[in-house]
Amino acid sequence: MNEKKRSLLQNKGVQSLLASLLCILAGLLIGYLVLLIINPAGAWEAIVTIVENFLYYPSPQAQIRYFGNTLVKTAPLLMCSLSVLFAYKVGLFNIGAAGQYVIGAGACLYCALAWQMPWFVCMLAAVAAGAVLGAISGALKAYRNVNEVISCIMLNWISLYAVNVLLSQVKETASPYTLTLSSTNPGALLPSLGLGDLFQNNRYVTLAIPLTVLVAAAIWVLLEKTKLGYELKATGFNKYAAQYCGMKEKRNIILTMVIAGGLAGLGAAALYLTGFEQWQTTHSSIPSMGFNGIAAAFLGGLNPIGSIFASYFIQHITNGGAYVDKTMYSAQISDLISSLIIYLCGFVLFFKSLLDRRLARQAERAAARAKAEKGGESK
Amino acid sequence: MMLLIQYTLIFSSVLILVALGGCFSEHSGVINIGLEGIMVMGALGGALMMKLLPAGTAAPVMILLVVLAACALGAVYSLLLAVAAIHFKADQTLVGTAMNLLGTAAATVFVKAMNTAADVNNVSSIIQYIDAKRSFLVYINGFEFNWFMAITVLALVCSWVVLYRTRFGLRLMACGEHPQAADSVGINVYKMRYAGVLISGVLGGLGGIVYITAGVSEWMFENGVAGFGFLSLAVMIFGQWKPARIALAALLFGFFRALGNVYTGFDLLSSLNLPSALYNMLPYLVSLVVLAFTSQKSRAPKAEGIPYDKGLR
Repeated sequence: MNEKKRSLLQNKGVQSLLASLLCILAGLLIGYLVLLIINPAGAWEAIVTIVENFLYYPSPQAQIRYFGNTLVKTAPLLMCSLSVLFAYKVGLFNIGAAGQYVIGAGACLYCALAWQMPWFVCMLAAVAAGAVLGAISGALKAYRNVNEVISCIMLNWISLYAVNVLLSQVKETASPYTLTLSSTNPGALLPSLGLGDLFQNNRYVTLAIPLTVLVAAAIWVLLEKTKLGYELKATGFNKYAAQYCGMKEKRNIILTMVIAGGLAGLGAAALYLTGFEQWQTTHSSIPSMGFNGIAAAFLGGLNPIGSIFASYFIQHITNGGAYVDKTMYSAQISDLISSLIIYLCGFVLFFKSLLDRRLARQAERAAARAKAEKGGESK
Repeated sequence: MMLLIQYTLIFSSVLILVALGGCFSEHSGVINIGLEGIMVMGALGGALMMKLLPAGTAAPVMILLVVLAACALGAVYSLLLAVAAIHFKADQTLVGTAMNLLGTAAATVFVKAMNTAADVNNVSSIIQYIDAKRSFLVYINGFEFNWFMAITVLALVCSWVVLYRTRFGLRLMACGEHPQAADSVGINVYKMRYAGVLISGVLGGLGGIVYITAGVSEWMFENGVAGFGFLSLAVMIFGQWKPARIALAALLFGFFRALGNVYTGFDLLSSLNLPSALYNMLPYLVSLVVLAFTSQKSRAPKAEGIPYDKGLR
């Protein structure tokens, strides 16, 4: 192996990318094996369908239209993954992104349907609601030493039931779904900015998509280039050291959860204010968006820019799962694949240190050889 | 009233079993967030066994086989955590979360595939076990005694004895408090941690089958176990990682969970006219409040969540 290749492999970014690609490949492979076990006849076709997603449609118009739909659902996923990522950088595991997303959905839909607010107010309401929920977990962690994972899970369920009750007041009389925004309050729909026309008049493609990408960039700047970001990360590494340096570690923990919660809440607004989905007030399980956010955050190598691509990939296969042949397989096969990917992400650290160790050994050996050759010449 | 006691006892049994599982795992030094997924897998194993056994199977055989199936599948599934956390030094919270998602997804895919294979039009993720469930019930004066309650008491006593009165248990706890010290006197920390996680898999799997048979006679696997694994972790924390206290904590939480099932039977409660969602919320709300007051003086094993590294000795 030559020097150039070795230094490239030592680059942390390249390592993360390699590890993520490996996780994806392994996840897809295991998914394929599961399909084979269930029914060998259509397994290959099914896995191809999942990976193809919108390319499944023959006409290019339909492909572009459904590509738009995948993007519409990528926006909230990206927000959830940023929420998880941001908290993780500060040493907190925000499994509550799911609940913050749910409460955000409740807040924005209630503002839109019951109070006829314009879209930006609804969006702010969603952010605020998510942030408040995050603040509760953060405060419990900072002042009462409650493990944030447990408190988040409890809050997930509490918010699910609360939102179901709240939105039952603005639901259609005959169905468990909330009223549609387009019929009740078109002013609450996110403006399309002409983006919809680019996707064959897909009216769900809105401002939300570029906005979420901008937020991802902003989170990167906040974490890497600002004093606040540095303080937050320092608190995550060692809160006692941070406290010793005069940082307000309790405030930092709460602030982190507020931002993380706000991000997840914004994610909900980015989906529900497009009118793409209505809330089902009989939900008995928490929407998987927040949990998929965990997958996207780790698959993206815990980098905000990486999570843009990772979110897209996760959403791509999740949407693709809807197209598999239902007479043989279920759509949950893509949940299976994405949860496998999260599991495999647990091994990334091990993979990286293994790679580093190998490279270091090789470098050492090369140095020793060079030295030996030199010694030989001088004799 | 009888119904309330009955539901309290059965839900408490679930919480006790799963919390004891968490207790073993954490005492060995591995945080087991994946209990929820383990429960789903155990439930799947037990439900499949109930479905597969012929209708006329004698009750003791039925109970034994179902319990074995649930425990076995739970234990096998917990290996995912053990391997990742002990040998590959993975982030235990991340792996546990992945296991929770994987458990529900895998069980749903499997059950749906099975149902569809039997009948092309059946795309549900439901397993029925109405007849098989009767083997577990004994009626005493209108009280529905469930054999699982007896098994739970047995598990509770065994856990206490194993943890505090055997060499194995004390060594296990040493590995969770100070693994380097344990290793220096010749205890194999890796083996002990494997044992801890596997026991949590067995108990978690058993808890899973108890949970899905508690109130109903069919289960939709898409729903997972509705946060019960996490409630059990809350019970474990509230119980300060000690079996006897865990049992008391579980009774409290079980009571609030049971209230959601039977509140309509009480004139006082139904006259309040509260939405049923409030009762569903209750166990989670209570656990949040309780945790806020009990987490301050945590008796958590000191080395939990930290991968064991021999080099740090």
